[in-house]
Amino acid sequence: MTNAPEITGETDIAPPVSSTGIVAWMRERLFSSPLNIIMTVLCGLLVIATLPPFIEWALIKAVWISPTADACRAARGGACWAFIAEKHRLILFGLYPYDEQWRPLLAALVNIALIVASCMRRFWNIRLLYIWGIGLVLISWLMWGGVLGLSYVENTKWGGLPLTLILATFGVGFAFPFGIVLALGRRSNMPAIKTLCIMYIELIRGVPLISLLFMSSVMLPLFFPEGFSIDKLLRAQIAIIMFAAAYIAEVVRGGLQAIPKGQYEAADALGLSYWKKTGLIILPQALKIVIPPMVSLFIAMFKDTSLVVIIGIFDLMNATKASLTDTAWKGFAVESYIFVSIIYFVFCFSMSKYSQQLEARLATGHKR
Amino acid sequence: MASQQMIELQDVNKWYGQFHVLRNVNLSVKRGERIVICGPSGSGKSTMIRCINRLEEHQQGHIVVDGTELTNDLKNIEAIRRDVGMVFQHFNLFPHLTVLENLTLAPIWVLKKPKAEAEETAMKYLQRVRIPEQAKKYPGQLSGGQQQRVAIARSLCMQPKIMLFDEPTSALDPEMVKEVLDVMVGLAEEGGMTMLCVTHEMGFAKAVAHRVIFMDRGEIVEQNTPDQFFSNPQNERTKTFLGQILH
Repeated sequence: MTNAPEITGETDIAPPVSSTGIVAWMRERLFSSPLNIIMTVLCGLLVIATLPPFIEWALIKAVWISPTADACRAARGGACWAFIAEKHRLILFGLYPYDEQWRPLLAALVNIALIVASCMRRFWNIRLLYIWGIGLVLISWLMWGGVLGLSYVENTKWGGLPLTLILATFGVGFAFPFGIVLALGRRSNMPAIKTLCIMYIELIRGVPLISLLFMSSVMLPLFFPEGFSIDKLLRAQIAIIMFAAAYIAEVVRGGLQAIPKGQYEAADALGLSYWKKTGLIILPQALKIVIPPMVSLFIAMFKDTSLVVIIGIFDLMNATKASLTDTAWKGFAVESYIFVSIIYFVFCFSMSKYSQQLEARLATGHKR
Repeated sequence: MASQQMIELQDVNKWYGQFHVLRNVNLSVKRGERIVICGPSGSGKSTMIRCINRLEEHQQGHIVVDGTELTNDLKNIEAIRRDVGMVFQHFNLFPHLTVLENLTLAPIWVLKKPKAEAEETAMKYLQRVRIPEQAKKYPGQLSGGQQQRVAIARSLCMQPKIMLFDEPTSALDPEMVKEVLDVMVGLAEEGGMTMLCVTHEMGFAKAVAHRVIFMDRGEIVEQNTPDQFFSNPQNERTKTFLGQILH
């Protein structure tokens, strides 16, 4: 023990200055090798070349408020945010009657609340079904009206962000359970069910969403008897649900296959029935594994709803395009696309962040 | 009136493709009897006990468990599984649930017990396997020996009539084997439980088994009381096997 002080004395010495702090961090991360130095310098040049002009355009020379386009045209080299100020209600709500636009706004908020509630673990039980039921009724009432003092607005006039949210939320919301059933069906021992699920999944996955949307709007009515028609928006919604379900099924199947056989056997040995085994043991683990690809899929679906443009539905993207047709305000496409990009980004990035949190919270430190 | 026989295997045969894994297996186990099954790997011993709760299907012969014959009838199978507990080589705990949830899941969902009662029973069995303090942890946070003891407690929570052990100590580090065997010996000494245990722990066999069965190439080659089995093996294959594992 006589040597002990010497040893502790050594560990008490502070680490060398050059291995901590910002200088060390930069040396290690940015200038550690010749290649690294070149990359750092190149990236630096790129930032210097692009960022100041962009800031100048987007902020310094920008026109923020102006009742007409003239001020924007006079100020050369600046963004025209006045265009967004002028057109934001068209972009956000499409052709919905101007005086009633508080309704789609409220509907969008209800929709967002629905998404947030679905994200909270404490609602991951039967209550979530009720919440969705109430949400669906509330959103339909706000958008359609016609009862309880709201005037009727037909859904050809719906548009913008609320429509995008509706298509995406209910698309994914209904496709999710449907996709899980398909995935289970594909792994079923019963040949008829298995074949049916495989056929469905492969058929839908082999076709682009655009053609599904086309079929839903052009072909499907041909099969219906005279005088019977399902609404165009509903048909598009069903096409999105069918499409998303096939992809969700394959993602879920990936998770199912990652569950060790021993988990099935342990559940069987305890006398759990197929559905209890699946619901209590297998799916909770399988779905946890597939959070990253599942969220990617949700993000992709959210953005893919913009394809309804081709059958003439005024979602956020199409409403933006419509806003560009005003001859008095021609030529501000960049501003409006930046504006919708930011909206899309906020939603997609939130999903991504949420999924990271969820993964961390569900981690139980198991390896087997 | 419940019969004396708890498990009855008659001329059971099973094939994996071309491989004849069980050949004319006949075995009858009395209520409360404790049997240790040993044999070289691939001899069909695991397959045999896995047939008893139908994790494997036999293709010929009859298996009767507590008066109920195992058939394709799902209700039958689920009823038998409620009465037959199983402990696996690799524990197979549910990693997304806490220890307590692992123990209460089947009592709540299969036996329809109220949650409070199921938790009380679970804590009782955790006491018995001597890890009540781990109730709130996840399986991934426990050592192998602790996990296997939780797995035993999980089976016991269903209050089974029969316990099957499928090489319960062979995936464990040597220093953890004893804690699991101690729990199993304790369970045996309490009496009343019909136990079938596939293991090479011969000390355990000597201490608690009523009968030792030696299997090789899908057949039951020899069976006897532990005393006779170890001191006076009859069959050449048994002698060779014992020579290999007892050194």
